[in-house]
Amino acid sequence: MSATASRKDGAKGMWGLMAEFDSPAAIMHAAEKVCAAGYRKWDCHTPFPVHGLDKAMGVKTTILPVLVFFGGLIGCTLGLILQWFANASAFDMWFIVAVRGYDFLISGKPLISGPAWIPVIFEVTVLFAALSVVLWMLLLNRLPSLYHPTFKSHRFTRVTDDRFFVVIEAGDPKFEPGRTQEFLEGLNPLSVEVLED
Amino acid sequence: MTGGQANNERLNLGEGWRKLFLPAAAVGLLALVVSVIIPLFRGGDAHAWAQFFRSYLTAFIYVLTLSLGGLFFIVIQHLTRAGWSVVLRRLAEAVAANLTWLWLLFLPVLLIVLFGRGWLLYDWMDAAHRDPIIEGKTPFLNVGFWTIRAVFYFLVWGFAGWYFFSRSRAQDGSGDVNLTHRMQRWAPLTAILYGITQTFAAIDWIMSLEAHWFSTMFGVYFFAASCCGFFALLCVLMSALQRAGKLTGEITLEHYQDAGKQLFAFGIVFWAYIAFSQYMLIWYANIPEETGWYLARQLGAWKAVSVILLVGHFALPFLLLVTKHTKRRRAVITVIASWMLLMHFVDVYWLVMPQVPAEAMSAATTYPELTQMVQAGAEVGFAPSLTDLTCLVGMVGVWLAVTARRMGTCSLIPAQDPRLHESLAFENM
Repeated sequence: MSATASRKDGAKGMWGLMAEFDSPAAIMHAAEKVCAAGYRKWDCHTPFPVHGLDKAMGVKTTILPVLVFFGGLIGCTLGLILQWFANASAFDMWFIVAVRGYDFLISGKPLISGPAWIPVIFEVTVLFAALSVVLWMLLLNRLPSLYHPTFKSHRFTRVTDDRFFVVIEAGDPKFEPGRTQEFLEGLNPLSVEVLED
Repeated sequence: MTGGQANNERLNLGEGWRKLFLPAAAVGLLALVVSVIIPLFRGGDAHAWAQFFRSYLTAFIYVLTLSLGGLFFIVIQHLTRAGWSVVLRRLAEAVAANLTWLWLLFLPVLLIVLFGRGWLLYDWMDAAHRDPIIEGKTPFLNVGFWTIRAVFYFLVWGFAGWYFFSRSRAQDGSGDVNLTHRMQRWAPLTAILYGITQTFAAIDWIMSLEAHWFSTMFGVYFFAASCCGFFALLCVLMSALQRAGKLTGEITLEHYQDAGKQLFAFGIVFWAYIAFSQYMLIWYANIPEETGWYLARQLGAWKAVSVILLVGHFALPFLLLVTKHTKRRRAVITVIASWMLLMHFVDVYWLVMPQVPAEAMSAATTYPELTQMVQAGAEVGFAPSLTDLTCLVGMVGVWLAVTARRMGTCSLIPAQDPRLHESLAFENM
């Protein structure tokens, strides 16, 4: 009981724990161990992309391509509807509003004409796919984020230079201030720092 | 590379090339001989030979595009100083080196042209078919200039194919980095010459089959088709070599994914983009001198072939290859790539064979009338013939045999390339 109480007290204001490393190899090993220990809400911060780190961290494949595919599909449908609406639509909305497309006949082509519509459908598909890449990427990464607890750390400024950091969030179900700190110290970091919210 | 015994076996075909060489060469030569005999049995008249030369040209264009695609791949790798592709480059080099002797297979076409029988293939070479439109094109479309151009193409391709293969192989022995620099220096000029020669070759050999017709997009279409053929072949080749226990440690799923991307980007999406761009402009303008070419391809059974291309060369493989999961499964990408090799042949066949039936065209006053005449039996170009098959088997057989022979003479990867380590450690993400 007391353990739970102290955990709650200790966790108050604590956002997470941050361990500092000085080489890609060191953070790779650390990442493997953090992953093996079963933590979920944690991340690595490095000055440059470290190849293989994703695998060491056990990061799951992103769902982004599937979302982009459906983004493109929606664009494709909208492109089709847009042209039908603009060129060939003819119906009465709410029984009184007459909706009519600009039914210009151009070089004798039918109003609903596949080849002529494909360029627009293609462009709208690409537009929607591209926009959904960017927007879903931001959304899935929870960006833009103007503030992050790591910014308070003086040590963390070297993340753009020559230091590598593992940060485990207090919100992780396996997080326990004392034990997690011990665990991180067991990874032979240069330092372990408490991050406050 | 530490040269252990196991390593050497994995990086060299060794005597294994014989296993492919003998059957491929035997079947290939036999099929070519049979192809020549067939028109003799069919009476040996102009129609039988015209049919034979169409089949012959189709098969020739097929193996030519495979080799040209290989040359394009090599040149682009040197231009961009790419690291990922080094373990695959030797395969492309061995394929492109076929350009040094493909003129031999072109010789029959060249000979009938030089001996005044070029009209078996090309109507514009026949004085009886001359009209004001073709007269106007004679500064370009005349036998002399046509021959000079053909010689020029083969000189450029032969030199490029020989150069990149032999320099790369020389590096295997010496490990000289300067060879890489030299190949990189030659790459831009080769790329420019490649673009020019393959465009005009496409115009000379395929587009001029229907000399009234013209499309400025045609060279690009030919290029996209070459890429489709080569990248599909590359995937199949990688997989076949690995199945034989070669390059098992060097080629990884990462390379399959990237080869698959190239096939997807160049051979499927870019091909469709170009094919559609060419079609739409002609369809929209609706000028008879341009639409005739497509008319031939939507009459009779050719309409079905066009639809097969649309679905089988674009829609279906697009959906299959859009995800990385299919590109990263060796069995799956091999099946898709084999399918694309077949589709590429259908594409070449579709380019060479159809022709608007001239009598029906002049007799008919409306499109429905024309289709009725086609249904009644007017032939649209050339009907499928046994020579289509024998020529294809013959050329591909000979081509495979020579390629296997060449692969047997050298390492299967550029073992001393300065960027080899990049390629071995390559990861997509």
